[in-house]
This record gives sequence, C-alpha cells and structure tokens, in this order.
Amino acid sequence: MTTTPRAEAEALERLIGFGRDLRRRGLPVGTGRIVTFCRGAAALGALDRDGLYWAGRASLISRPEDVPAFDAAFEDWFRQGIRIELDLPMPDDEVADAVARRHEPLAGLEVEEEAIVAREWHGLEEGDEPEGEAAIRIVASAYEVLREKSFADLTEEERARVSHLIRRLAVRVPLRRTRRYRRASSGARFDVKRTLRRSLRTQGEPFHRAWRERGTRARPLVLILDISGSMAPYARALMQFAYAAMAAGRRVEVFVFGTRLTRVTRTLRTKDPDRAIHEIGRQVADWEGGTRIGESLKTLVDGWSQRAAIRGAVAVICSDGLERGEPDLLRAQMAKLRRLVHKIVWVNPLKGSPRYEPLARGMAAALPSIDVFIPGHNLESLEALGRVLGD
Amino acid sequence: MGRLPYASVEALQEALRARHYLADRGLATAIYLAISLDKPLLLEGEAGVGKTEVAKVLADLLGRDLIRLQCYEGIDASQALYEWNYSRQLIAVRAMQDVTAETHVEDLFGPEFLVERPLLAAIRAGSKAVLLVDELDRADDEFEAFLLEVLSEFAVTIPEIGRVAAEEPPVVVVTSNRTRELHDALKRRCLYHWIDHPGLEREVEIVRARAPEVPEALARDVAAAVNRLRSFDIAKRPGVAETIDWAHAVVFLGVDRLDQETAAATLGTVLKDHDDLRLATEHLAEVVEGDHDAEG
Repeated sequence: MTTTPRAEAEALERLIGFGRDLRRRGLPVGTGRIVTFCRGAAALGALDRDGLYWAGRASLISRPEDVPAFDAAFEDWFRQGIRIELDLPMPDDEVADAVARRHEPLAGLEVEEEAIVAREWHGLEEGDEPEGEAAIRIVASAYEVLREKSFADLTEEERARVSHLIRRLAVRVPLRRTRRYRRASSGARFDVKRTLRRSLRTQGEPFHRAWRERGTRARPLVLILDISGSMAPYARALMQFAYAAMAAGRRVEVFVFGTRLTRVTRTLRTKDPDRAIHEIGRQVADWEGGTRIGESLKTLVDGWSQRAAIRGAVAVICSDGLERGEPDLLRAQMAKLRRLVHKIVWVNPLKGSPRYEPLARGMAAALPSIDVFIPGHNLESLEALGRVLGD
Repeated sequence: MGRLPYASVEALQEALRARHYLADRGLATAIYLAISLDKPLLLEGEAGVGKTEVAKVLADLLGRDLIRLQCYEGIDASQALYEWNYSRQLIAVRAMQDVTAETHVEDLFGPEFLVERPLLAAIRAGSKAVLLVDELDRADDEFEAFLLEVLSEFAVTIPEIGRVAAEEPPVVVVTSNRTRELHDALKRRCLYHWIDHPGLEREVEIVRARAPEVPEALARDVAAAVNRLRSFDIAKRPGVAETIDWAHAVVFLGVDRLDQETAAATLGTVLKDHDDLRLATEHLAEVVEGDHDAEG
C-alpha cells in the first residue's frame, strides 16, 4: 500500500492496454469487462503474476476456446515475476472514465456492440428476405429447363443463375412443440390466472374461461455436406441451399467433410454466399479429396452430441455414400446420430439416375438409420428437400 | 469489499479446504472476486466436476441460506419469481360475496396470497442468501433475458404490491453444462470460470476429503482408474462425483483395493452409457491396472 499515484496510473494503464490488446486479437472484450478486470485487480490488492492471470481469466473471457489466445497475450504483456499493486477501493465510474478518457473510440464501439446484442435478443434476423416465398414463383420455360438439369452439367453462366435461384428457395423451417405454454383462445390447459382475473369483472363469477397451449419452436437444422471428388458441384449447390436455410430459419449448423469434418457455419453467416463458399474452399484442405463418412460423423457425434445445436435437430446429409473407411463404423455412427436428432434426411445426387440402387457398401450401411432418402442432383430436387424439411 | 471475511485468495482457499472443498487458485480467485465485486459467478464445465457444490459450500462458509433455482426448458417468471395462489384467491372471492365487496378486492392480492419462488426469495433475503441458478443452459433464451434483467437490478415490481428490492444483492452462482452457448450479454455481467477435471493428485485429495472412510490406497486406485477412463474414446466422461460414488461402492463391498472383479461389478457407478460400459469392460485390465499399455 505504498504505491505512488504515478506508479499506480502506470499499472492501470497497463491493465487497460492488455484488455484492449485482447480485443485487437479478436476476443470479445468490451469496456465493461476491462473495468471489471481493473476493479478485480484492485480488489486483490497486491498480486503476483499468477493472481493477475486468474483475475484476467475470470473477468476478461468467458469461453474455454478463448483461453489459448488469452494465454498468448498474457505471455506477451506480463513478464515473469511481475507484481502489480493497486491501492484503491476504486469506484467503477472512475475506472470507466479513465478507460473512456484515454481511449475515445472505445465508447462508440461499445454502443455498437450493445446494439447488435439487442437485435439478437429480439430474434430479428439480418438476412430476412421480405420477398420470401413469392420470389421462387418465376414461371418461365428457361427456368423449367434449368430446374431439371443436373448440377454437374451446368455451364458457368447457368451455374450462376441456378445458385441465385437456390438462394431464393423457400426453405421450410421444421418446428417442434415447446414446453413453454402461451395464451390461447382454446387449448389443452386451463389458465386459472387469467380466468380469475377476468372473473373480477363479473363479480367473482368465472364466466369467461381462458386457456393455455404449448407453443412451437424452430428445430435446429444441421447440414452435413460431402465435398469430396465427384460431389463438388452438388456440394456447392447444397452450400447455396444452406445459405437459404440460414436466411429462413434461425438455428442452422453447417459442416463439410471429405476425409475429416469441418464446421463452416461461421464463414457462411455473411452477406455474400459466393465469397463465403470461396472462403470455405480455401479453408478446407481436403476439398475434393477422398471420403470418410464414418469418421467424419464420429467427430460430429463426439464433439457435438451434448450441444443443443444438434439435439432434436433435423439432420441433412448430402453424400453419394461411396465410403472409403469401414462401413461398420459408418453404421454405428449413423445409429448414434439417429438417437440424437429428430430426423435424418439423406440427399444422394446419384439417386437422380433412374437406374440407381443403394448398393455401395457405405450407403447400405447408412440406410437403416435414414428417415428420408431423396435425390439432390438438380434444382427441382432441392425444392423437394425444402418441402421435406417442414413435414 | 468488506463482504468477504478473508484477506486473500489463499485464506479463502484454506477456508474452503476446511469445508472439504478443494478449489485451485483459478477457481478461488474467481470466487473471491465475484464476492468482492458483487458480480454473479458463472461456472461452466462438464457434468460432475463440482459446479453446484461451489454454491453449497459458499452458503456454508458465509453462514447464509442457499436458495436454488433449478432451470429446465419452459421455465418462466411464474415458476422462477412469484405466482399468486389462485385457488386461495378463488375461495376468498367466494367468501367476499356475502359481505360488501368493493372494499376487499385489494386484499385478494395481499402477501398471504403470494407464492414466493426462488428469485423473489433471493431478492428479499438479499445479503443473507446465496442464490444458485443451476443449469441455466437448459432454460430457453427468453428466460435468460428475463434472468439478466433480474440479476442487473435485483429488484422486481409486482403490480399489486409494489417494488421489492434487495438492499444488498445476494451472492449469485450460475452454472451451465454448456449444452448451448449462453448469451454474451449475460456472460459479460458475470465473472467466469471453467472447471476442468482435476489432476490425479487433486482427485485423490478430493475423494479423501469427501469420503474419509475410503482408505488412501483405494482412493488412489479409483482416481487413477477414472483418469484412464477419461482418456478412452467414450461418449460421457465421468466427473469427480462419479469417482466418489465409485469409491463409496467399492468400500461398501468391503474391498480395500480395486481389482478387476470388483471393478467389473461396480463399473455402473461411473459409466452410464451402454457403449461406454462395453468398451471399458473389454479393456478392464488396462482400466484397473494401467500398466498393460506400457507393456504392449
């Protein structure tokens, strides 16, 4: 408790600088968190490197995935044997002022963050298309031709037009009943609360009865797309479809796989799907490589089975089922996935050929766990997929 | 800052230890700061690592009541905050009809008709309580938004009664199994700590602290076996709670070292998934003795 005001100001400056650097490194660290961090350091009084580390961990980040980035930054900012002493019962406003004064732009940034949060909170989607369903109802003969042409046979120009059309597909969002009850004019449950309130108007006689019923809620949609070899043209089309699904429904997860599984949901969640797909192509190393469906599904089931994003979802797998790995592994993983999700839809572009039979070993192994098996080789079949999802 | 009767993180750690809760430096710091700064403490981690236990031991340590709100899908304000006792109100309405009505209507919404739920109880108790919001990830977004509101104000307005506010907020512990990501707005308001599975030595200590009747050697056997199980390719990794259960079960059978036979008979206390059980049974020697993989 013998620190000079000057040393203290320097220490504070350093803590704030560290917090701001975390944000530059891409961690979601707002002013509020930095203030908490400084107050925390002050509350601990004199603290060594370890104490400072844990104070930062508790106040600046809140996701286990962010720990490595935090550790790296901490390593850069605080050398071994450092000691920070802050002698203050520090009122929040003062630190907040200090943060705001020294770094003007921070304040504006924070406001924007809050605005985004508020939007998410009310469930508004940025990508909502007002035209929606009506947009697909363009009837033209050229369109009919495009509709039935296989994705693999499209010219560059046709592909551009088709991907535009796919993006406007009306994707039905699968619903489920929730456990939360809401008011209804008639329903399964008697609403004592409202009935009683109404009865006060009629001298205590429960004349108007009120009811409650269970609401509905969108099921999550999980798209698992094969991007290996022959599947590439179809995968690109399905990726456009995934984009349309994201615009229509709120909870969509997209994974792609060849030899291993990669989550691409974040990349796809942008304004420009063409660029996003290009970006995914760059990120995913094994684009158009071999196929290990079983192992890829195992990654999904192991890593995501506890997540609400998968549980009770409608899973759409798009693949030709030409498995390079063990069919037994695929069979077991499909069975596991089947127990986690509500429904499995398998889209197989090969099924578009009238002579196709699911004889490939992988396809045969997966078949028992599949609820709906449909082709996905052209626009028409993707429209069908859009409809299947809602049932 | 005068709210915590411990001068340092180490002192708090020591006090927790005296109550058989072994917290590492990170967790102890997070607890210390949460109480000092009046912020909710958000604990995440796999099931069975002792998240809920933190709230219980804190209540004990601070000599406060533990008020627990267990979250589930569809939970709403009437189950978390307050509700009116409708059947009592109905009866009262009937009774009133004999007398001159008007004057009594307000009485219908008096305190005797109010059913207090955990959040209201916590607001009223204020600094005399530790509020545990358990498994928040099970509730839906709407409830999270509602909870955020309550946690930031610690006051509610009940239209018929008026505003109820806590003079001093209670200590709040929020837990999540991370089946879904909690909203950032809520996370920002909290201090955060991810509780990991403990290392072998710490786990032995925890078993010994929690189940003193388990001999040291057995505690070590069981903890080591669970540690090996966690490294297996299994769907549901056992937590510390399962380790303690297993040790209890073995002691109950009157065995003082873990052998394959006992392990096979009691494995159900640790693994609760059919496929996991089969995998562990197939590699039982490796699970129990551990050195088999070293030999080949």
